[in-house]
Amino acid sequence: MFDKIGPTSLYVLSQDDPHAPLLHLAAATDTHGSPETHATTEAHGGAEGHKGPFPPFDSSNFAGQLFWLAIFFGVLLIVMAKVALPRLKNIVEGRAERIASDLAEANRLKKETDDAIAAYEKTLGDARAEGHRIAAETHEKVAREADEHRKGLEADLNAKLEASEAQISATKSAALGNVRGIAVDAAGAIVERLTGRPAAGPDIERAVDASLAN
Amino acid sequence: MAGESPDPIHQFNIVPLVGDGPLAFTNSALFMAITTAVIIGFLLLATSSRTLVPSRLQSLAELGYEFVAKTVRDSAGNEGMKFFPFVFSLFMFILVSNMIGLIPYTFTVASHLIVTFALAMSVFLTVIIYGFIKNGSHFLKLFVPSGIPGYILPLVVLIEIISFFSRPISLSVRLFANMLAGHITLKVFAGFVTMLSGALGAVGLLVGILPLLLAVAITGLELLVAFLQAYVFTILTCIYLNDAIHPGH
Repeated sequence: MFDKIGPTSLYVLSQDDPHAPLLHLAAATDTHGSPETHATTEAHGGAEGHKGPFPPFDSSNFAGQLFWLAIFFGVLLIVMAKVALPRLKNIVEGRAERIASDLAEANRLKKETDDAIAAYEKTLGDARAEGHRIAAETHEKVAREADEHRKGLEADLNAKLEASEAQISATKSAALGNVRGIAVDAAGAIVERLTGRPAAGPDIERAVDASLAN
Repeated sequence: MAGESPDPIHQFNIVPLVGDGPLAFTNSALFMAITTAVIIGFLLLATSSRTLVPSRLQSLAELGYEFVAKTVRDSAGNEGMKFFPFVFSLFMFILVSNMIGLIPYTFTVASHLIVTFALAMSVFLTVIIYGFIKNGSHFLKLFVPSGIPGYILPLVVLIEIISFFSRPISLSVRLFANMLAGHITLKVFAGFVTMLSGALGAVGLLVGILPLLLAVAITGLELLVAFLQAYVFTILTCIYLNDAIHPGH
């Protein structure tokens, strides 16, 4: 049985022309003529007798198939175009829009955050710079005040020093003046004792001055 | 002794179910109706809740929508989207009718050349009518590729015209032949199983495992073919529509 069917079926598989398998099957049944294949023949005979050679090429079916295809495909087309696809389009594009708007919102919020961070950092930087400035100013002011104070003190001290030096030199010259008078007196007394007579005042003064100058 | 004889052609017979005469409601019409009802029912059900986070059904519908929309956009550009309902209906109709046709005891709508030819002609006529409405006589530039030397131009134009007019034939025969051949193959291999067991009894059942496995494998292949043919029909439709929108290559 398998041997009988095998080649026939392979022929069916390899056929491009849909007419051919049937013809070949019919030929096979004729040559073998076993009861099984007779049944096949009868089935074919019934189909052929009722519907013609090969159903897909039976032109008596064409009008009906075209008619119903036009109706059902037409219905399908209208329902797709008017109801189903607009709905799907709304769903799909609505989601796309929703996602796009959500993304835009997220971007906007991110930008706001970035701006806030930038403003914060700017404020921080300003505060830092202000702090530096104040610190520098204070430092400078303190340094200047200290400097002024120091200069005042120095001037004061210098003045005092000068006054002291003047006093010293005055005292010194006064003292030196006293020394001359004493020396003149002493020299006059010495001369008077040695010579027995008072020496002339101007001579003694000249002599004392000369020895003081040495 | 006599197992059920495989008649691979029987499944393509058209039987009137309601009424009589050429416009009777046949099994073919019934399965067109079922296909249409399944598509419409599925899409209306899937889109009824319209949630932002889709349910499984809605996800499936969106998948189909985006898949076809992407195919149209990629092949025919954004202008092609005006034909989107048409292309989507074609894709769904072919896909769903093919899938339904793989269920045993059903009828495969696309296994009849007249159906696939009608679908192909609807594409072809859309291309021609829209092409002339939009581009006028400029549409004829489709047959005259630019940059061809004058002396072979007549030959090229002839080839272009022949290829253009063979489009509906190739489009319809491709789908039809795939469906027909696939279903015949399936039927033949499935028929082996019953014939072997009927003719050889227990031994036949044992040997019949081989064609059974093959039938299962071919069923898987046919699932792929059912989708692939729907996709091929769709993408070729888009490419042809692109010609109508942008003639002159």
